[in-house]
Amino acid sequence: MPKKVLAVDDSKTMRDMVAFTLTDAGFEVLSAEDGQHALSVLGDTKVDLVITDVNMPNMNGIELTKALRSNPVHKATPILILTTESGDGLKAEGKAAGATGWIVKPFVPEKLLQVVNKVCP
Amino acid sequence: MSGPSDSQIEQFKATFFEECAELLGDLEQRLSVLEGGNQDIEDLHAIFRAIHSIKAGGGTFGYVRMVTFTHSFETMLDHLRDGALEITPEVVDILFRASDIVADLIDVAQQGGTPDDDFGDEVLAQIDQILASMAKAEGAAEGAAAGSEEAADEEAERIGSVALFQIDFKPHPSLLRNANEPLLLIRELRTLGELTVQLDASQVPSLHALETEDLHFTWRLMLRGACREADVREVFEFVDDDCDLTVERLEPKGDRDAEAGTGSSRSEDKTPADKAADKAAAPAEQAAAKSKSTGGEAAGKERRTSSIRVDLEKVDKLVNTVGELVITQAMLTQQLEALAADKRARIASGLEELSTHTRELQENVMAIRMQPVKSVFSRMPRLVRDLAGKLGKRIKLITRGEETELDKTVIEELADPLTHMIRNSIDHGLEGPEEREEAEKPVEGTIVLSAEHRGGRIVIEIADDGRGVNRDRVLEKAIDQGLVAADAKLSPEEIDNLIFAPGFSTAAEVTDVSGRGVGMDVVRRNITNLGGKITVQSTPGQGTKVILTLPLTLAVLDGMVITVGDQKYVVPLGNILESFRPKPEDVQTLVNGGQVVKMRGEFMRLVGLARIFDVPNATHDPSKGLVVMVESDSGSSFGLVVDELLGQQQVVIKSLEANYDPIEGISAATILGNGQVCLILDLDGLEAMDKLAPRDLLEAATLAREPAPAPAPTPAGEPDPAALDDGAAPEQEEPQGEPAGLDDPSSLEQPS
Repeated sequence: MPKKVLAVDDSKTMRDMVAFTLTDAGFEVLSAEDGQHALSVLGDTKVDLVITDVNMPNMNGIELTKALRSNPVHKATPILILTTESGDGLKAEGKAAGATGWIVKPFVPEKLLQVVNKVCP
Repeated sequence: MSGPSDSQIEQFKATFFEECAELLGDLEQRLSVLEGGNQDIEDLHAIFRAIHSIKAGGGTFGYVRMVTFTHSFETMLDHLRDGALEITPEVVDILFRASDIVADLIDVAQQGGTPDDDFGDEVLAQIDQILASMAKAEGAAEGAAAGSEEAADEEAERIGSVALFQIDFKPHPSLLRNANEPLLLIRELRTLGELTVQLDASQVPSLHALETEDLHFTWRLMLRGACREADVREVFEFVDDDCDLTVERLEPKGDRDAEAGTGSSRSEDKTPADKAADKAAAPAEQAAAKSKSTGGEAAGKERRTSSIRVDLEKVDKLVNTVGELVITQAMLTQQLEALAADKRARIASGLEELSTHTRELQENVMAIRMQPVKSVFSRMPRLVRDLAGKLGKRIKLITRGEETELDKTVIEELADPLTHMIRNSIDHGLEGPEEREEAEKPVEGTIVLSAEHRGGRIVIEIADDGRGVNRDRVLEKAIDQGLVAADAKLSPEEIDNLIFAPGFSTAAEVTDVSGRGVGMDVVRRNITNLGGKITVQSTPGQGTKVILTLPLTLAVLDGMVITVGDQKYVVPLGNILESFRPKPEDVQTLVNGGQVVKMRGEFMRLVGLARIFDVPNATHDPSKGLVVMVESDSGSSFGLVVDELLGQQQVVIKSLEANYDPIEGISAATILGNGQVCLILDLDGLEAMDKLAPRDLLEAATLAREPAPAPAPTPAGEPDPAALDDGAAPEQEEPQGEPAGLDDPSSLEQPS
């Protein structure tokens, strides 16, 4: 069974990049455009990893993280938030919300995989 | 792990640029809203997100300048969002300018170029200035950061030499709550060098006190590898706050010490936990390797998106195919007529269903191409704002009917003409504040940009409350430029429409904004190429209204098939008012050969198709054929003299443009059910042809008499009597029956 990753980003470019890189590395990638969409895509299906942007309409990545952590199904799912180098505040905020780690944008595919491997058992 | 190939990168880039275009459009609109004083935090968020996305994408593809610039832009937006920075007109102005720079940077990137390193520096300086004025404290913090970076650099120099680290990792009980996994960390450390692991499980509480979600282990790890302390710390990056971590570099200064240390730790037996970690790590790695080989096909299947991007070309192909399907279906229906009645009934019901589905399919396919005009309207506030600022005018833009949907191709082609016309309004039409005050008008000029559906077409109006077309000057210029004869007698409407003549420009001096000679003629050509019409209505001192009528789509048309002699033509259904057979005594022939028909007490002009197209064997006498009353797109109505109405039909428009020069009176062609090619009539063109045909006669007649007085200006909104000029003069030769009908142009023109 390939590992399942949900990529959440309002930018299609980012979604495509993440999806491509991870698909290429053998993951199965689902994607969603924002937090709310992510929740509806997931439902109660367990995935192995969630990668989410923070700044998104409807429901942002922090809210999504909190929502996932409060759901028994997703409680133990690693969540990576996408931040930028200036996003130190976001990292802390993300951690506080329950994020496992973060990926700093922009990233090269290698870096993404490296971080994913770091949190995805 | 193989990276994406070049072609894939190109595709990502294409997606990125497409996305950028959308983001910029949205940005523009929201900036305009901000400027209008409606400060909705959601707009700021959206603007921030847009810039953020552009920055992220730019970084991904290595557009350095785009990243540095958007970074500062984003910082500023961030401060606007959190309220640290106030939205002042000055700030909004910088936002506009910054988004221009971003658009330029995207443009350059899209064309494969590299912008100068200092591109946009001016705006950047403004942003920096604003940010600097906000907080000095941040400056200090940055200094400190730079200091630590230097230290890191120093350390980096030492990379390459093997070092030994003692790592004490004491996770807080809560570490597991964020789904962090110590075993993965240990596995990662192992990639940095030789690792020995010592687990301390002494803190694990007794079973009844055990909280299953808490972590009670601590580790001491010894790592020997060619890495920096920072590399080691990076492994614990995500759990930094959830653990007590000490990383001590047991500098291999005295090699002996280090070796002794290593030796001792090496000699340590692996603890059970360590072995467990090994075990846990190994299958995970295997699984990962396995999934790499098998996961490829399965992945991506479950992707869910609410919209997809499709190449316009593909949609066009679909539209074309459906068009052919419609024709085929019409042919089948026609051939059905030839069948015997008993066979017909069975097939007919099936065919009817097919027809319904075809029609539905066609509508759906057309709907794919439809977009609200908003996407082009939204670019205009910005234009108005910039130009008004440049020219020192105060102008308010009101847009209406933004949700009106129009074919995407048409919308795209609309941007340039609209821009041009709005420029014209601002530059030539609307007066400066003083002049407006003198004219007792509101100091702020108004431009109303509106779109609406009207009879199967879309009508877009650009109306300003400026000074109107200066007819004297237009005529003078036109005569100067040899566009009209010096002694030409033109109606006010004709003079107004001279602004569309090639090369025509009235600007006394060429300004920055408009009036470079390429002007309204280009606009008219653009619009005509879209199958549209453009007219201008102007009232001196009160304003100018430019009216565009455009087809909803360039692909199909609801038409009425008519016959003239042995020819068939299609009249756009939306333009048909009514049809009837006049009594012989209601038809009058004018001295110039033209005909009029009396209808409900009014005389209406008749256009003989047979005469204009020189069709043999056709009925010239309306009382023996039929009169189809039509309203042209420019708003005047007249009757077409035809032999017969064959029926209503949706026809697929086949453009003649590619193979023929424009043909007067014909807008396009179509293929009928029987395979016969049939021309679609252009009513405005026909009207012009009909006017022109007898014009020589008419002018000769007019010249023989006294020269007509200069035409009086007509109020805007009311049709001009121009259309009647040729009818009015010979009317004197008519029996004196109905002078009122012909003298009053409005009664003739607007049956609605």
